[in-house]
This record gives sequence, structure tokens and C-alpha cells, in this order.
Amino acid sequence: MRKAALQLTGWGRGPASSLEATRPERFSEAVAAFSEPVGAHGLCLRGAGRSYGDCALNAGGDALITTRLDRILAFDAETGIVQVEPGVDFRRLLQVFLPRGFLVPVTPGTFFATIGGAVANDVHGKNHEHAGSFCQHVTELDLVLPDGSGRTVTPEDGALFRATAGGLGLTGLITRIAFRMMRVSGGGVTVHEQRANDLEAFLTAMAVSADATYSVGWIDGAAHGTRLGRGILETAEPCDDEISRHRPRELRVPVDFPGFALNPVSIGIFNETYFRRVPEAGRTRPVAWQKFLYPLDAIHDWNRIYGRRGFIQFQCVVPFETGPAALRDLLEVISGSHRASFLAVLKRMGAGRAGYLSFPMPGYTLALDFPRRPGIEELYERLTAITLDAGGRVYLAKDALLDALTFRRMYPEFAGFSEVLASIDASSRMQSDMARRLRLREAP
Amino acid sequence: MSEMQTWLVLGASSAIARAFARAAAARGADVILAGRDTEDLARTAADIAISTGRAAATISFDALDVASHASLVQRLAAVPGVLNVALMFGTMPEQAAIDADPDLALSCIASNFSGAVSILHRLAPLLEARRAGVVIGFGSVAGDRGRLKNYVYGAAKSGLHTYLAGLRNRLGRGGVHVMTVKPGFVDTAMTFGLPGLFLVASPEFVARACLDAAARRKDVLYVPWFWWGIMAVIRAIPERTFKRLSI
Ligand SMILES: Cc1cc2nc3c(=O)[nH]c(=O)nc-3n(C[C@H](O)[C@H](O)[C@H](O)COP(=O)(O)OP(=O)(O)OC[C@H]3O[C@@H](n4cnc5c(N)ncnc54)[C@H](O)[C@@H]3O)c2cc1C
Repeated sequence: MRKAALQLTGWGRGPASSLEATRPERFSEAVAAFSEPVGAHGLCLRGAGRSYGDCALNAGGDALITTRLDRILAFDAETGIVQVEPGVDFRRLLQVFLPRGFLVPVTPGTFFATIGGAVANDVHGKNHEHAGSFCQHVTELDLVLPDGSGRTVTPEDGALFRATAGGLGLTGLITRIAFRMMRVSGGGVTVHEQRANDLEAFLTAMAVSADATYSVGWIDGAAHGTRLGRGILETAEPCDDEISRHRPRELRVPVDFPGFALNPVSIGIFNETYFRRVPEAGRTRPVAWQKFLYPLDAIHDWNRIYGRRGFIQFQCVVPFETGPAALRDLLEVISGSHRASFLAVLKRMGAGRAGYLSFPMPGYTLALDFPRRPGIEELYERLTAITLDAGGRVYLAKDALLDALTFRRMYPEFAGFSEVLASIDASSRMQSDMARRLRLREAP
Repeated sequence: MSEMQTWLVLGASSAIARAFARAAAARGADVILAGRDTEDLARTAADIAISTGRAAATISFDALDVASHASLVQRLAAVPGVLNVALMFGTMPEQAAIDADPDLALSCIASNFSGAVSILHRLAPLLEARRAGVVIGFGSVAGDRGRLKNYVYGAAKSGLHTYLAGLRNRLGRGGVHVMTVKPGFVDTAMTFGLPGLFLVASPEFVARACLDAAARRKDVLYVPWFWWGIMAVIRAIPERTFKRLSI
């Protein structure tokens, strides 16, 4: 296949990687493109490019983009099992299956992500504590291994499945994913929003409502002193009512914002307004599925508000036991840096994970965006150090700055992953910028 | 329009054709996906059947294998209701490759022009007899002017435009509408990663525009619409000047 010279970035933008890409449209083309000879920088797979960092980039190497492998292959309404090509995205599944009463059991906060990408990062949603991670709902995968041979993998297969789930595309090309959809009866959820005036109140409120099906908190990363860790907790239950499914209006950010648009003052004002939007006594209202699961998708290309230099997302998870103290330390560093943006999330996580490199562990996960400005590396390092000390880890789907050593300490099952890679891809054909940065193709 | 509609999509593997078949089925038509890679077309057919509930069949079709066209048309005679045809195949070898190997010029004409005429000319009596339906033929803005960078492909498409105009004249008398589509830059395998593209349209956008325009019985559709203006300017350049340009 003809290769196109492209300059690509992750969702966080910033410096681009030059690579040679194919974008096959048919199954046979995909297998052929995957098997073509590659140079020293190997081959990387890429879905919709919604990972923030560099896991779907391969500077100086090749990439295979899966977005045109986008067919729904089978659906069994009895079992709810759907089979899709890897480039099918969450948006399509919502459009096709919600009217019939089926919803994906786990979804990230953007419906532009592909199912192949969801497997390769073993993604989690706002219901992780109860529903687990995406790959825990997968019943079968078709995989083209780095040597070009095909293989069907099930969770019972053990090592190869665990290396592929959350495996960052390094075990080969996933060409078919079978997973179980969930039945839903109505058009959306009943959302309850409540204010939490500080971190302690926040964690208590989350613990009290730990049984809620969906639970997610917005946290004010700029608040400090007695307000440190204040935010809004949103819990939700599926409801049977028909909620008007009028399409939310879609907007687009047409230009890159100038670098100064996001500053401590504008963010302080935004956060204050956002916090006060919810009355002190809280509020409850019905919200359609799309609006509830994918609020950010109503604004296309929102990553452009950070300007050309882009931004970094820091997402960590810290265990319940060490969590409260660690979160306090993290928030103090963050608010003291005066760099946090308004997109900031605090959630509880459960134990559900399917792969060696899956992110989740029982605890609290905190995610914040920072404009990519000088000094960001030091800030990120301080945050990862606190996370590591607390026995936590950062999420690779978001990461662009972690170092290989810290990664190894955060991901103790890396040895198992390495062993599988060594057995299926001794010549390190599968590569990425992240694989080189974290030395994923080297000894644990 | 209560009669059952079926769209025959010729060259159904391309991104535009896939989007078109999906959109046509979403609007209530059955689809027949015709192309060479029937194994892959079966995947698209499954996708359409699952997502729209319409019948989606596949049929083997090769524009270059003109000897097989008559029997294909015979089989299509059995399709009930209104049969509509979307002709969407084409190949675009690079001009430099054609210059190096003149045989490529012939195969380019064979697929884009001769193959298209072969299948449409055999379908014409069938459509005439049914006195209903729409034919959408995919030409190209490249067919509006012979350009240094693309003139063999452009010539084949230009020939197709003329053929479609004549067919429009002929079939229009019998209640069958023929629409010529001239797409500008669309994000397809043909254009993926090519330098110098601007205002690139998605296949889904083009598919919807085609169905909307066909419902309005438009004769010639530039899509996105502003290509009409761009091509009007390009056509207006006197040949004396144009022959020195390398656009
Ligand atoms: C607004 C926003 C909200 C988000 N919210 C969440 C959230 O709530 N929870 C969460 O877990 N994540 C979240 N994410 C992250 C996102 O879900 C993941 O990064 C996901 O992997 C992106 O999928 P993608 O299709 O864009 O894949 P890409 O980013 O393009 O690629 C991701 C990885 O998948 C691999 N890959 C892609 N296709 C294949 C294939 N066919 N075979 C093998 N490997 C493949 C790539 O090599 C790469 O390593 C969010 C991202 C955004 C932008």
C-alpha cells in the first residue's frame, strides 16, 4: 500500500512525530499493510488518536491507522454480544444500539475513541468500581501477531490475552473484538449533583455514594487553603424514562487559542462559576445518555484551546489507604503551581483490570490538564513522585513524560508483559514513541 | 415513493461507496454491493444489515471483466421494486507512472471509462423497461479540464461525463434520472496523505449530498458545492495561458 508521510501528535498536541502511515480500508489490505517490511523504528498502530501522549506515535517509523476498518460484523440480541472491526468507534455503537436498548458496558469519556484503542488501553468509565474495565467484557479477539500469523485470543488463553488487553498495540493488530453489550431500558440517567467544600467532604461523599452505578467528580484544581480539593460529585442511575433525545448542539473550536487565553485568573473565574452552578443543596435531573457519557464531545477539537504548544494530562490512581494524604499532597502541588486547567476529574476505582499493563487499582483516580509550558516536566515529576510513594501509578493512555524506571516501579506486572513480547516479537517489530521512551521493548 | 427501493452500488469497496450504501440503507433502501473483493464486501453487508435492518447482498463485479457484465445484468433483472444504480468505481494511477508505462493509460481508461460504459449500457434497457429509478455516475472535477498532473484519468472521466449526459437524455424520457457527480477532494484511499489538498470532504458528507441531490433530481452535482466555482474559474482560463500552467 502507498504510504503517506504524516506529522501526527497525540490528543495533547505539542511536538509532532513524522511517520509513514497506511490507512487500510479492507480486511485483506490491513493484513497486507501490517505485514509489509518496516525500518529500524518498526511499526505502530493507531486508532482515533485520542490518547493524550505518545502511545500511538512512531517518529521516524511506520504507522497503521485503523479508523477505516469500521464495520460491525455481528450482533446477537440474545446474548448482547457484538463483534466489530477495530476502527468502529463508541459514537457508532451509541447510534446503532441505543435505540434498540443496548449500551456499551464501559466507555471512556469520548465517543471518538475506537474499540481497538479501548482494548489497547483497557479503558475505564465512570462506572469502574462496579463494571470493571473494558477488556473484562471482551469475550474474544482476533489478532495478527507481529510475524503476520493470525490468532483468536480469549480471556481463558491467559498470557497473550493479558498482554493484549492494555497492551498499547505492541502484541500486534487486533482485527476483531467481540464483547458483551449491556441492556438499558430508557433514554438516560438520573443525575444527582452535590457540592463538596473540601477534599475530606469530597472523599466522604464519594464513600457514602459508593453504590451508585455511575460516579464522577469535578475538582477545582485551583482551589487552595480551606477550599483545597473542593468540587462537585456527580452520581447517576439509569432511569426508565424516555428522555428527549434531541441531538446536543455540536460546536467546533475553529482556531488555536493564543497561549495566554488560559491563565490563573480566567481559570479561577471559570472554576468559581462552575462550582456555584450547582446549588448548595444539590440538584437532581434527568440527562440523556450521550450528554452524560460524552459531555466534552459536544465541542469538537476542544484541544485547540490550549494553543499550538498543546497540553499534558496527568492521571494517576492512588490506593484507598494512602489516597487521602497523597491527594492532599498532589492538590497542594497543583494549586501551588497555578497551572491547572479547568478540566479536572476525581473518581473512585475498583479492582477491575484485564491486562498486565492495565491502569486500574482500587483507589482514587485524579486527572488534570496542564498547558505545555516550560517547567511542566518538573511539575509532572513531582506529581509522579507523590503517586509512586503512595503506591499508585499514572495512566499510560494519558502519559507523555514518565521515565522508564518510574514506569517499572508503577507497573509490577511488566515482567509478564515483557515475557509475552519476547516470545511473539523477538525482533521488536512493534514500536512506538512511548515504547522507546519507557523502554517497553527492553528487559524489565 | 412507497415502492421498495434497491441501490446497486458498483465498486462498493471504496470509502465513498461504503458510506453511500450505509446512508442509502439508513434511508430505507435495500442495497446490493458489487465489487471484486466480495469477502470484504460481506463485512460491509453485515454492518449495513445490523445497523439499518435493511437487506444487504453482495455480488461479484469487475469493471475490467466486461464479458461478465451481461450475466450480471440478467441476475439483476430479478430485483423487485425500483432498481437504482450508483457507479462509484475508478482507479487513479499517478500521471508519472502512466508516462513511464503507457499500458497504464489503457487500463486507467478501461476501468474508469470502458468498464463503466459496458455495465451502464447493459443496464440501460433494464432501467428503461422499469420506467423508474436513479443512476448516479461518479465523474471527477479532473474531467473538466486536461491538466498536466492528471490528464489520462481526467480524459477517462471526461469521457464518462459525456456518456452520462447522453444517457441522461436517453433515460430521462423513460422516467429514469441520471445524475453526474463531480467530487472535489474527498478523504479516501485515493487521496490519503497526498500533499496540496484543501477543504477535504468526508465520504459520509459526499454520500449524503449525493442522496439529497438525487432526490431533487439534480443533473450534475459538484460536491462540496464550491467546486462548481473553482472549476468554473479553471474552465474559463484561456488555453493559451492554461497550457503553461502546471496545476
Ligand atoms: C476527552 C477524552 C476523554 C477520555 N476519557 C477516558 C476515560 O474516561 N477513561 C479512559 O480509560 N480513557 C479515557 N480517555 C483516553 C482514551 O479512551 C484512550 O486513550 C483510548 O485508547 C483512545 O482510543 P483511540 O481509538 O483514540 O486510540 P489511539 O489513541 O489512536 O491508540 C491508543 C492505543 O491503542 C493502540 N491500538 C489502536 N488500534 C489498535 C488495534 N486495532 N490493535 C492493536 N492496538 C491498537 C495504539 O497502538 C495505541 O497504543 C479519554 C480521552 C479523551 C480525549
